[in-house]
Amino acid sequence: MRTKSLLAMTTVALADGTPRSPADARTSSLRAGVLPRLLRRPSAAVGLVIIVAFVVLALFAPWIAPYDPIATSFATVRKAPSAAHWFGTDEIGRDVFARVVFGARASLLAGVVSVLISLSIGVPVGLVAGYAGGATDMLISRVTDALLACPFLILAIALAAFLGPSLTNAMIAIGISATPIFIRLTRGTTLAIKAEDFVLAARAIGNPPWRIAIRHVLPNIVPPLLVQATLAIAAAVIAEASLSFLGLGQQPPQPSWGSMLNTAKNYIDNAPWMAVWPGVSIFLLVLSFNVVGDGLRDALDPHHA
Amino acid sequence: MSTFLIRRVAAIVPTLLFVSILIFGLQQLLPGDPAMVLAGEERDPAVIAHLRETMHLDQPFPVRYLYWLRGVVHGDLGESLRMQQPVGALIAAKLPVTLELACIAIVIALAIGIPAGVVSAVRRGTAWDYGANVVALWGLSTPNFWLGIMLILLFSVTLGWLPASGYVSPFENWRANLASMIMPAFVLGNAIAAVLMRHTRSAMLQVLSSDYVRTARAKGARERDVVLKHALRNALIPIITLGALEFGTLLSGAVLTEQVFTIPGFGKLIVDAVFNRDYAVVQGVVLFTATAYIMLNLVADIAYAVVNPRIRVQ
Repeated sequence: MRTKSLLAMTTVALADGTPRSPADARTSSLRAGVLPRLLRRPSAAVGLVIIVAFVVLALFAPWIAPYDPIATSFATVRKAPSAAHWFGTDEIGRDVFARVVFGARASLLAGVVSVLISLSIGVPVGLVAGYAGGATDMLISRVTDALLACPFLILAIALAAFLGPSLTNAMIAIGISATPIFIRLTRGTTLAIKAEDFVLAARAIGNPPWRIAIRHVLPNIVPPLLVQATLAIAAAVIAEASLSFLGLGQQPPQPSWGSMLNTAKNYIDNAPWMAVWPGVSIFLLVLSFNVVGDGLRDALDPHHA
Repeated sequence: MSTFLIRRVAAIVPTLLFVSILIFGLQQLLPGDPAMVLAGEERDPAVIAHLRETMHLDQPFPVRYLYWLRGVVHGDLGESLRMQQPVGALIAAKLPVTLELACIAIVIALAIGIPAGVVSAVRRGTAWDYGANVVALWGLSTPNFWLGIMLILLFSVTLGWLPASGYVSPFENWRANLASMIMPAFVLGNAIAAVLMRHTRSAMLQVLSSDYVRTARAKGARERDVVLKHALRNALIPIITLGALEFGTLLSGAVLTEQVFTIPGFGKLIVDAVFNRDYAVVQGVVLFTATAYIMLNLVADIAYAVVNPRIRVQ
């Protein structure tokens, strides 16, 4: 049976030059059913809707926000929520709702960009470590262990401190701090896939290593990476809010949920509304990415559920 | 066992070495001349000259690294520019406060996480399980600095039960100490409780489906005894080792929590250092944290190998 399937693969390979693997077919059939399976889980479906809502808020912020998020007004300092200012106003009279809406931009941007940074470094490095093995793997693994030994947020704070406070630097710091997880995941999955029959077959017909790594191994490690990336966005959103809270992320007067909370903490006894909505927004966005990540894991791996 | 110990201890040496290179390398990220940046805004030529000399800035990177490493190995983590004190002494002074906070946080996390995980595994698929999972998701998704602010709003501003900030040493007044620690410790424990709950749930589910649990049930043991004496006792081993790995979460969380509640601990030390551009303190704190994490990992691995002989031969 195994010989037969190997033979069949080689025949396909000879016909069009690229071996098609059973794992490829399995991935594509999985991919086709992922969204419906994800949406069948109520929590994941709600999470997805909330994420889409925040994306809409961020994209159309200038049209949705009723006021300019950085326009100060001394006539409306620390006003409680009202029909004119739904979420109230802050210590220099800015509309909290407008700032929450615009703040979605910094959080989503930081979440997505930092994870893209982690992926673009972590996946190739992990692939090389897992596929090349030997001394290369050992060196990469030791560096990864060293990075993982530094707690995520402390490493991000240190990097952001040395790079200088700005949203871009915060994204770089978070991206680099989250990279080792992707290196480790990619390496581990590559090691498992490397031993599969279709990779041996691809090697047997003389494909160069880079081609096997990119065309045969990479597509098969996408599902676990997708799950990890979704959960990493949740962690990155919290990390950006944390860095901004400490003054190392988005710089004033530009709005960010983290820096809004940092200011709000000083006015907690007379303007508590300043602290409620930025926090609720961070919580909802992070929760949504977490439930979608959990849902994706179950949808992509039938055994896990 | 001794082979395992030697192999495991030897494995941490390269990791520690890479950690030290990484942390020393952070200095390279400073734009421009490190001496100019480190000298602060006044840029006193005397300070710059002193920095150049003490930091061996005229030497190439590997030589500077070796000088620094020699100091670190001898317990010299450098000196805080702002406080004019050795970094090691600063860490030693602030650490007990954070350790106390961390210990109370762990007790809270264990008290919430383990019972919630056990109930959710035993009552799998019921409202209890669903409720415990909601609590876990809440813990994982709430930014702890926001939770801290909301607790201050409720317990300090509205109800007036607890102090909003500040720290009192337990040797001075243990009641006041506990009052100032309970909110930050809960905030810190909340996130870890969620992780512990998830670990406990999956470990319990695995153990509950094993043969010896079936045997215990078959011989007529009470369900309560089956769960607590047979299942939980075995499930606790992976929970405790995995829990040790949450040390990083604890320290990361402490940075923000101490900031919210103005607690003069380890976390506040690094934040203040960041704002005062006291880079030696930042490096020292990261190096100390990473080393402590590696050591804790080692202890957890050894403890695991002691109770589970199969690990040793792998």
